[in-house]
Parts: sequence; C-alpha cells; structure tokens
Amino acid sequence: MNLSDMISKLDINVDWVGLREYNENTTFHVVRDKNPLTNETEIDHGVMVEVLKNGQFGYSGTADISFNGIRKAADMALESAAKASDHSVFSFNKDVRPKSQGSYETPLELPFDSLSAGEINDILMKANDWLKIDDRIMSVTAMAMLVETTINYVCSNGSDISQRMNIVGSDYSATAKNGDIIQTRSDGRSGNQMGLERFNEDTVRERCEKVSSQVIELIEAEECPTGTMSLVLAPDQMMLQIHESIGHALEIDRILGDERNYAGWSFVGLEDFGNLKYGSDIMNVTFDPTISNEMASYGFDDGGFKAKKEYIIKDGILYRGLGALESKARSGVPAVANFRSCSWNRAPIDRMANLNLEPGTSSFDDIISSIEYGVYMETNRSWSIDDYRNKFQFGSEYGKLIEKGKVTKTLRDPNYRAITVPFWNSLAMVGDLSTFEVHGTPNCGKGEPNQVIRVGHASPTCLFNNIQVFGGA
Amino acid sequence: MKEYFFSISEKIMNSIASDEHLTLSINGEDSEFIRINNAKIRQIGTVRDASLSMELIKNNRKIEISFTIQRDIKRDFELAKDHLEVLRNSIESLPEDALCVIPKDYGSLDEEYNGDLLDPRDSVDSLLPVMQGVDLTGIWASGDVFVGNANSAGQKNWFSTQTFSLDYSLINPLKKMVKETYAGTHWNQSDYETFVNLSKEKLLMLDQKSKKIDPGSYRTYIASAGVSDLVDMLSWGGVSENAIRKGQSSFIKMKEKQEKLSPCFSLKEDFSSGTVPRFNSAGEIADIELPLIINGALKNTLISTRTANEYNLNSNFASSGEYLRSPVMESGSVSESDVLSELGTGVYLSNLHYLNWSDQLGGRVTGMTRYACFWVEDGQIISPIEDMRFDDTVYNFFGKNLESATDKSRLNPNVGSYGGRDLGGVHCPGIILSSFQLTL
Repeated sequence: MNLSDMISKLDINVDWVGLREYNENTTFHVVRDKNPLTNETEIDHGVMVEVLKNGQFGYSGTADISFNGIRKAADMALESAAKASDHSVFSFNKDVRPKSQGSYETPLELPFDSLSAGEINDILMKANDWLKIDDRIMSVTAMAMLVETTINYVCSNGSDISQRMNIVGSDYSATAKNGDIIQTRSDGRSGNQMGLERFNEDTVRERCEKVSSQVIELIEAEECPTGTMSLVLAPDQMMLQIHESIGHALEIDRILGDERNYAGWSFVGLEDFGNLKYGSDIMNVTFDPTISNEMASYGFDDGGFKAKKEYIIKDGILYRGLGALESKARSGVPAVANFRSCSWNRAPIDRMANLNLEPGTSSFDDIISSIEYGVYMETNRSWSIDDYRNKFQFGSEYGKLIEKGKVTKTLRDPNYRAITVPFWNSLAMVGDLSTFEVHGTPNCGKGEPNQVIRVGHASPTCLFNNIQVFGGA
Repeated sequence: MKEYFFSISEKIMNSIASDEHLTLSINGEDSEFIRINNAKIRQIGTVRDASLSMELIKNNRKIEISFTIQRDIKRDFELAKDHLEVLRNSIESLPEDALCVIPKDYGSLDEEYNGDLLDPRDSVDSLLPVMQGVDLTGIWASGDVFVGNANSAGQKNWFSTQTFSLDYSLINPLKKMVKETYAGTHWNQSDYETFVNLSKEKLLMLDQKSKKIDPGSYRTYIASAGVSDLVDMLSWGGVSENAIRKGQSSFIKMKEKQEKLSPCFSLKEDFSSGTVPRFNSAGEIADIELPLIINGALKNTLISTRTANEYNLNSNFASSGEYLRSPVMESGSVSESDVLSELGTGVYLSNLHYLNWSDQLGGRVTGMTRYACFWVEDGQIISPIEDMRFDDTVYNFFGKNLESATDKSRLNPNVGSYGGRDLGGVHCPGIILSSFQLTL
C-alpha cells in the first residue's frame, strides 16, 4: 500500500495528518595506510506520522511501514498532541503545512551503480599511494561517502511530494612528522549533490597531490605569527565562518528560545530584521536550496513549503531570518523553506540548508596585492563559538604569510578569534566568481532530541582587516 | 526485544557458511520526547526505532551493513537474508584487510535493568506544574534502550535499560541561566519537584548585573559539569592508542616523552555502575576497571583489537573508535562547602560550552564559559560574569595548574540523542586551578 492509499484510509479525528517516508542509504568506504578500514552501508527507513490537533502538533516515528504500523503511530501522535494541546508554546493552524505537489531529483552525470564497491576501493588504494610521497608522512587516509535519500510526503490536505537527493563526499588526508612537529593536511571533508564523477581518477590524483605536497610544506613551515592583522579566508574556511557566525545566529527557532538548553540562543533579536548592520556594505548573503550541486539543495522543505532563493543580508543589512512557516507564525518574520529533519525519527526544525555569500568584484590577486601584512588561511580544523554566536575562535590547517602585497611563506597552526558583528563589518574585499567555491558538510548538530543534518555553503575568498591572529600552543 | 534478537540471530547464524564469520548487532529504543520552551510544550512525540547490523568477514575481507527493522521476525529475517546476499556479492571484490579482526567467543553478558518510569499518559501532567512561574527550556526523554550482539563463534551479549532524563535550563529576565539534569531509572514525583524547586533557588543568585572581566589568567573553580566536558575531550584524540600512533593525539607527549599531568589527576574506565554495556560493537568484553592515568602518569591507553593487530599490542577491548565509554575521574579532598574559600579570589565556572582542540598536538582546548558563572572575592560570590572564551592546555588545567579536586565525584549523565539516546555519563569532581587562561 502506498502512502497516498494509507492516508486516505486513516480514520483519525485530527485537523491535519501528514506522512513522511524517509529512506536513506549511506555508504562509507575508507582506506587507511593501504588497509581497507571501512566498507559499510547504513539503510535508514521509516515513516514520521505527524498530526495537528487543537493547535498542537504531535508526532510518532515508526519503522513499521505496514498500514497497521502507520495507524498505530498515528494514534500515538494524536495521544501526544491531545495531552499537550492545553500547554502549547503556540497554537498552530493548517497554514503552516501548505498544500504542495511536486518532485526534485539531483542531476547526476554518473549514477551510483556506475562504480562497484571494489572499483571505489581500488581508487582509494591508489589515493593512498598518491598521498604517501615522503617517508616523513606517517599516515594517510582516503574516504568516499555515498548517500542516496528518498523522501515521500503526503498529507490530508492533498500534498504529494517526492524528492531524491544523491550526495557524494570525499576526503584525502595525510599526517607527517618532522622532529617534534606533526601536521595533518586534508582535502576538507567536503561534499556535494552529484554522482560518482567525483571519483574520476585524474581529479582524485590532483587532490591527493595537493594534500601530500602541502603537508610536507607544513612540517617545514614556521608557526603562524601572533598579532592584529589582515586575514584572508579561502572558501573552505569561509564555509565554517558563514555556518557558525551567520547561519546559526539567524535561525528563528533559536531567536525564539527553543534551543536555549542546547545549541544556545542568539545575539540577534526579532527587532533586528530590517535594521541591524550585520556586516560591511559588500556583504550579501542568500538562502538558496536551488543550486543544483550544493549539498542541501531540494525542492520543498519537510513541511511542504516550496524552496526558493532569498536574500538574508543585503548590502550588509539583515533583512530575513532562517525560519520556516511555524517560525513565521510565531515571530512574524518572513519565512524561508528550511523546516528540515535529519530522518523519519526526528521532527523538523529550522535549519540552514544552503547559505551562501554572494561573489563580489575582487580577483584573488587584487585581494593579496592590497595587503601590507597578513595571513591567508585554508581548510577549517578547529571551531568554537559561544551560545549567543558572538565570540568565536577558529583554526585552519594551512596558512600563508602575506607581506607587501605578496604571498611569501607557508605557516602552520593558523588561528583567529573575533566577535561576530565587528568581524563582518571588517569585511574589506569579497572575491569575484573566479574565487567562488561550493562546499558542504554533513555534520551540523542541533535540536532536542539531537539531529545532525547536511548543509551547503558557497563563498568566494574574502579579506577581513584588523583581526586577532595567532599560532599553536 | 532480547527474545527477538536471540531468535533472529540464531536463524541468521544458521545460514553462515564455514568460511564466513558474522557479527550481528542490534541497537534500539522506544522513547517519548517532550521539548519544552518557557515551561510550555514546543514539540511532543514518540520514536520506536531499532536496527540490525551485520559484519561479514571472509578471506580476510570485511564488509558491513545496517538496516532499520520492523520488529517482525519473519519480515526482518527475509530482509537480513537479502542484505547478506548483497554483502556476499560484494566482499570478494574488496581488497584484503591485513588488520581484520576475526570474531571470537569471549563469553557472554546478559544485563537487564528494569526501571519504574513515568507512564507516558501522565508525563505532561506530572512534569509541567512545578515548572510554572519560571522560564524553563529543555527536553524530556524517557523509555527503553537496548543493545545486543552475537557472533558466529557463539558469543551472545545483551544490555537493556529503562531511563528518563529532564535536561533543562532556567532563564531569568537578564538572560542568565542555570543548567540542570534530573535523570534516573525510577521516577519519584516528590523528589523531582524538590529538584526543580532547588534549581529555581539557584536562579535567584543570577538576579544581578553581570561583571565584565578582562582577558587574562585567573584562579578558577570548574564545577563537575564543566570538568566532564574537559574529560570528554580526551575521547577525541586523547587516550586512543591509535590516535597517539598516528599523530592525532594530545597525549603523544605523555606517551613518548613521559610528560605528566598533576598528581591530583587520575582517570579510569570503570563499568561497575552498570549504566553502559561492557561489551563493544564487536562483542568484546572490557575489564570492569582499566586505569588510564594514575597520579598524572599515563598508565594505559584505550586499545581496540584492530589497533592491537596493527601495532602488535594486547587489546583491552576498547571500542573501535577508542573513546571513553564509562570514565571516572578520581575525587580529591576539598569539601564542596569549602570551594569558595579555597578559591579565594577568582572565577567560579559551573559549565563550559562548545569545546574544541585549538591545537590538538599541543593539548590546547578552547571553549566558552556558560550558565551560572561568578566572580568571587575573598571566598564570597560577588556577581555573575559575562561569558568568556578560554584557551588553555590539558597540561595546564589537568597538569601544573591543578591544585585540588573536590571530594565528590558526581555523575554527569549523557543526555545526547544523535542517532539514539546515549547511555552512561562522566563521573568527575570539581577542580580548583591556580590559573586558567581566558582570552576573549
């Protein structure tokens, strides 16, 4: 029996009911030091039944996807909603689950069955060879992650949505030792919506050669200097910078206090939308789940709200938050389609999806030549920020010293710390499209009960002035 | 579920060929979750979730699959057979794994801890009344958690427990907060109401303007909840033998150069509380106790059997990730009632937040102060402080700057629920530091 048949046969006294079937296959292949470490597939399949009764949603997640299982789950969801409806944070109506119909599919060049597990292992074994180019390299690892997610969503209001996302991630890393100095360089543990074209051997080799040559540079490099100076961040460090100091701060459910016991609150208040000068005039940030190869692209969120690109920050002014229709009802702030859950066993909440910094007008050479003294940083390795998203400290794997408009030496252990709004207001140059890269991470944690979800962040290279920079222990 | 698991495992093991080795595991929960904001209900529901994992080894090749089960033996067995065929069809194409761990029968464990939980029909009416009149935000989680494991060598392990937790923050109009967790296995309504009322009294201590302190070094007391976060960091590139060998650990200096932490610092794995299974995902059963650091000296590391194979060592049956599963930090001699006088003048930190290695090899950790943190002068609390960033090394806060620890090692329960509800927690005391580096 399909979901549409099930929902039509459910005999339940509620104001609205929805079924979200989630079926995800995740496969990891890892080869470390020429030994296969992991060849593992996880299949996560179940249904989230949600009901609305007297203004309160109740949910029940079940792996029993028979009609009998769904009916029992619906009864449990109703029992939850009914007992809570006199104590609701907010009395919702059906408008927060709009009627939507449609589909979404990741565009693929090479489908997931175009390479066997053995063929992927062969490539990762070769990657180990391409990484281990020097006796001082003590350990190397190559990883492939393949995720295929199918979400089917039907509701009593006639919504009927099918979505299929294919996500591929990879990483190639090497750790090297020179006396007491040990350094690790990686390819950034990033991922995209795409097919197995990511494992083209020439591309893998190129990525591995960059990692292995740079880890040797790092064990011979000087420590990052300490001081207040210009800071240039590559797109794979900007990913983390956008995520932590823009994305989480602007989630409306955080601003409304839902996360105060876990991920935290926000320095942003509802009164700041339309007013707060979040960054300098060249800062433009968009929520955009429609970029085809970014990790968190989709057609509809998990409440059935159609996804589209929206400006969040324009010319440095904060205009819109990251809140979906439930948050819009509670806060009055215009919505984006970001009501997302990690699986069938968790209820949707406000999440980031793709949050991008729009390209500017400066070339990489323009940026570097404008700097008297500063540091360039690539690839995040350390991250920490306070529960209001103010005081952060981040570190990168790979640094370069910039002196008198030129990149001079490689630096190890580069770190920086700052406070969010002054930091973004110190944004002095934004790279053009030639510096723009699309990245994503599968590891954004939030929510109670906890959920880890995939997000995408695209950005050009950026220059910030007068930032506290420092090295290792 | 024990009967289900042992029954389906017998059927699956009967289908294994003589040159195949199989490890079968089950993980699952039946939980109620109530998410609370401002003492009202934000989200409410139930989750009934379980999965089976199969690890197949043949000709020194290994492949794994896990899949959600419907808890119907007939349907699930058919599904398991299909998945096993998929594994068999792929395994020969994989490279040989020289470090492959063949499952053995190390003996079996069977532990069931039955609780006395709040009836879900009563949860809202039992939990909410005492919260009224204060801004309480948090998560209620309650129900069964189970883990099982069997292998083709004959080993069978089972662990199940029934637990509840209300993990919450109380927030005052100045946006200052107190953090608490009421957790256990046997519900007691009056004990619960007393606990929440006591935390309301603690919130009153934050009813004054916060003091802004400058970056610098301060005498510091970190309460048990904050220390548990520091101990947790040692699971992530700390006491793992593999991480040390592969250049990914803050304890390389302790292993290779015999650097020491403070004589006040001792840490062990201790499974005697029975809050987590002693067997790992491969079914291997750890000793009840494993001393890791004794009086500041590294005595043992966590060694999985795979790492033992790689470096010709003896396994102590750590988990595959070699993280701490049941850590206990030894208590000291300072009575909790004497903490303020022992501290004198400095900062009192109840909780820490968002810790990360800022230089893992150097043992340096950064993070934030959070919740009820105070400025103390001459043994008296003067005022709350504004949140501060810290950045200091294990070799300082568990080393040369660790003056003493309190005489009570408290359990800080794991209330995380990524993928499923966590079990166990970190037992540790509070610590007094002669200096702690606050940076922003």
